[in-house]
Amino acid sequence: MSAPRSLFGKGSMLSPNDMLSRAEAQAFVERVVKLSRADTIGVSLGGGYTGNIRFAANRISTSGGVTNSQLVVQSGYGPKHAVVTTSDFSPAGLERAVRQSEAIAKLAPDDPEDMPLLPPQQYTNVDAYFDTTANLTPADRAAAAHTAIDAARRAGDLAAAGFIVAGSGYSAIASNTGMYAYFPSTSANYQLTVRTNDGTGSGWAGADHPDWRQIDFKAVSDRAIEKARASRNPVAIEPGRYTVILEPQAVGDLVQLLAFALDARSADEGRSPFAKQGGGTKTGEKIVDPRVTIFSDPADPQLLGQPWNGEGLPLNREVWIENGVLKQLQYSRFWARKKNARPNGGLGAVKMMGGDATTEQMIASTPRGILVTRLWYLRQVDPRTVLYTGLTRDGTFLIENGKITRAVKNLRFNESPLFMLNNLEMLGRPERVAGTEAGGNVVFPTLKVRDFNFTSLSDAV
Amino acid sequence: MTSRRDFLKAGAAASALAVANPALARAEALAQRASSAGPPPMDPAVRELLMEALNAAKLGGAEFADARIGRYRNNYVITREQQIVNVVDTDTLGVGVRVLLNGTWGFGASRDLSKAGVVAATREALAIAKANALPAADRVRLAPATPTPDGRYVTPHTIDPFTVPIEQKADLLIRANAEAMKVPGVKYVNSNMFFVKEEKNYANTDGTFTTQTVLRSWLPFAATAVKPDFTDFQTRTNVIQPAARGYEYLVNARPVEHARQWGEEAAELLKAKSVDVGRYDLVLHPSHLWLTIHESIAHPTELDRAMGYEANYAGTSFLAPPREKLGKFRYGPSFMNIQGDRSQEGGCATIGWDDDGVKPDEFLIIRNGIVNDYQTTREQAPMLDWWYASQKRPVRSHGCCHSDSWSDVQFQRMPNVSLLPGTKDIGWDDLIAATDRGIAIVGDGSFSIDQQRYNAQFGGQLFYEIKGGKIVGMLKDVAYQMRTPDFWNSMDMIGGRKSYEMGASFFDGKGQPGQVNAVSHGCVPSRFRNVNVINTGRKA
Repeated sequence: MSAPRSLFGKGSMLSPNDMLSRAEAQAFVERVVKLSRADTIGVSLGGGYTGNIRFAANRISTSGGVTNSQLVVQSGYGPKHAVVTTSDFSPAGLERAVRQSEAIAKLAPDDPEDMPLLPPQQYTNVDAYFDTTANLTPADRAAAAHTAIDAARRAGDLAAAGFIVAGSGYSAIASNTGMYAYFPSTSANYQLTVRTNDGTGSGWAGADHPDWRQIDFKAVSDRAIEKARASRNPVAIEPGRYTVILEPQAVGDLVQLLAFALDARSADEGRSPFAKQGGGTKTGEKIVDPRVTIFSDPADPQLLGQPWNGEGLPLNREVWIENGVLKQLQYSRFWARKKNARPNGGLGAVKMMGGDATTEQMIASTPRGILVTRLWYLRQVDPRTVLYTGLTRDGTFLIENGKITRAVKNLRFNESPLFMLNNLEMLGRPERVAGTEAGGNVVFPTLKVRDFNFTSLSDAV
Repeated sequence: MTSRRDFLKAGAAASALAVANPALARAEALAQRASSAGPPPMDPAVRELLMEALNAAKLGGAEFADARIGRYRNNYVITREQQIVNVVDTDTLGVGVRVLLNGTWGFGASRDLSKAGVVAATREALAIAKANALPAADRVRLAPATPTPDGRYVTPHTIDPFTVPIEQKADLLIRANAEAMKVPGVKYVNSNMFFVKEEKNYANTDGTFTTQTVLRSWLPFAATAVKPDFTDFQTRTNVIQPAARGYEYLVNARPVEHARQWGEEAAELLKAKSVDVGRYDLVLHPSHLWLTIHESIAHPTELDRAMGYEANYAGTSFLAPPREKLGKFRYGPSFMNIQGDRSQEGGCATIGWDDDGVKPDEFLIIRNGIVNDYQTTREQAPMLDWWYASQKRPVRSHGCCHSDSWSDVQFQRMPNVSLLPGTKDIGWDDLIAATDRGIAIVGDGSFSIDQQRYNAQFGGQLFYEIKGGKIVGMLKDVAYQMRTPDFWNSMDMIGGRKSYEMGASFFDGKGQPGQVNAVSHGCVPSRFRNVNVINTGRKA
């Protein structure tokens, strides 16, 4: 170990659970800012406690509690800058992080796209901290896990595997330009897979909310068990284009990936699905069904996201697609300056407006189709069309003459969210979803779409 | 068409680690002198803290405990075209304590490395184990492991990347970018250097103490060519595989000398013919095949997946239950042998001891085409005691226990999993010459596989049409779909020892909370018959 002994001394912890109040965090980051000898310094700080419990085969497997914090220091000399992060908060550790970022910044080549640090900003207040989550004990988490474990054991023919993680913490950001932002938050996430012991059925359900009380463990357990039983003995169907009802989780899995394609610079440079043939971008053009509206808004009561980004830029409501029209692309501060546009942050917490159709109505109106619970292993196949491949998982059902008639084998798709949102039939109410591969605060409706492109069958259960 | 031979020469140069520059030669000589003393012993202050944790665990009634104090550092240099985007150094240090109390695990972790902090983390682990107490039948039992009282390991390397000045790293990248930008049509280049240094100290109540320094280096590079009318863009990327080696590895891969070729390949893809769908014989280069091995062999042979422990996230395995598969299931042809190890030099999973305190062994996962073993930890090896007894092999962990940081609990992760070379001294060109109608694929691209590892789809980087034993042109929009056992049983030719190369991933994800693992896969060029190829090109 090359770290000096002083690292093992006292003074590194800020509080027993690494949680700081607004004033404490401000005092701390300002102390770090004052250490700076560079032209500029930007500091971000985050910390807290996370407890988790994992179970599988109807027994608890691993479980832990982690107390951690991280400090990120960016020092700049004119257009040169560098970032150093550390978890060592002793006075010597802080000094070392600042000096190291300065030393590296001096050596770094100029960044011609360097942007000045932001002056003080106004942020929307988002209340995402819940004592009910922050005060949880290991026994609370164990009891929650047993909701599913005990139900599966009682059933006798089921195996439950799940993960519960809940934490409390904060993030803060400051600079020598006087900017300061602080955001305390809690989080709780539950995901459960129930498999039938004969190996032919698997069902998934999940829930996510900053407030532990909003997670209905019994409801999640009931839903996963119901899906597991209903999905037994799936039959093979011919791959091809189907009318598909995607539950909010599956919609979120696929549509959230549009975020990676919305970069304005890529579109301006001709390497994006939103670049227009011959030059320019598709901003202002109708790109999907007129019922599609997708926006980001940290203050939305279903989202409750951090109201600023990593540069301290305030994040407010940003509409990306409105009534099917591409309203704006995502501008970084640099590209916004170059293009005389407004920097608008990333997609972050994202929500798609829905309609009022129930899943039952969608099923009842479908002569032949497939109901999809969730998608898995999504990977981009062609960035020119946002074409992704992936598979259905943990609850895929055949609809015939307005009814779910049987479980079908899982299917691989090659499909683009852009194509899919042009083939829209019906929209349900938006729900907060628990387990997209990209993660984050995500709210999507159930969708019924036509001509969803399945390209092969999988034997996987 | 740019030559695939040049590509292979680049690979050979990198793997041969030919030291071409005088500074490197000096550094190598210094490193050799330094290494004659062997890796340094554990810092006594760290040892004292580890003992503190183990004592607190024993006092709390734990039948087994281990503690890890680790410092995990990353260094990134990020460039595009002729400019630096960012330079980032990350550093995290803390303790993770795992206890086994009445057969139930508990884990506590903290960045507080005072005595009180280490004891608090241990008490957290004990409290969690108590709250989660398992019924007697479910309790964990560990396979025995020989204690290592003073284990020391350092990744073999010449130059520690963390000692190389930033401007030197940036200069190499910027020069490589400039070479690629000289190619007409190439408009954008992104390149990075990414280094990892893990200083890991481990102790357990069996009396094992190990101290290890693990290094890994990677140079991601992507050149994008854009058609002037904005109707197409193509990217050539994943050109240098990550490895557990020092800075010299990236220098010897000669990115500046090869960047122009990578740019030409991106530009050439704009002109390539879009593939006709159908069945083709595929000749897969090691720079591509490693990822297919990773997804369709290495993952399904993880024992935790086969036993259902990853059902809620990474998934289970079609290779289950083990009682029906071990010694019985034919994965591929009789010349197919798949080895698990954590000992190949340069392998990203290569270490001295795992996070159970076990010295990993080399083991055959597939032997003569038949399933022979799974990847295991101390907790898992007893699950296969019946099989090891029938084989007259001891019940021992293969050393596959790993955590990606002090702050995450260790569990079963992948070792290096490799396709062993065939007995015939043949290579890439011989496989192409023997193929009448096929596609040769170089480099890894898009990849997706189901949660039991049956149905997969793989893209690639460069696709060459083979007709009558010769490459006749370049293709694009190629992906193949396969069902794992059918695919591996369609393998009918593999290269010999001289054609063996390693590919790797820095970010293999698994577990909840999610953890990443770095892993390498060695393999030889191989041919697969009659594989289903789809066309992925569409109109926006």
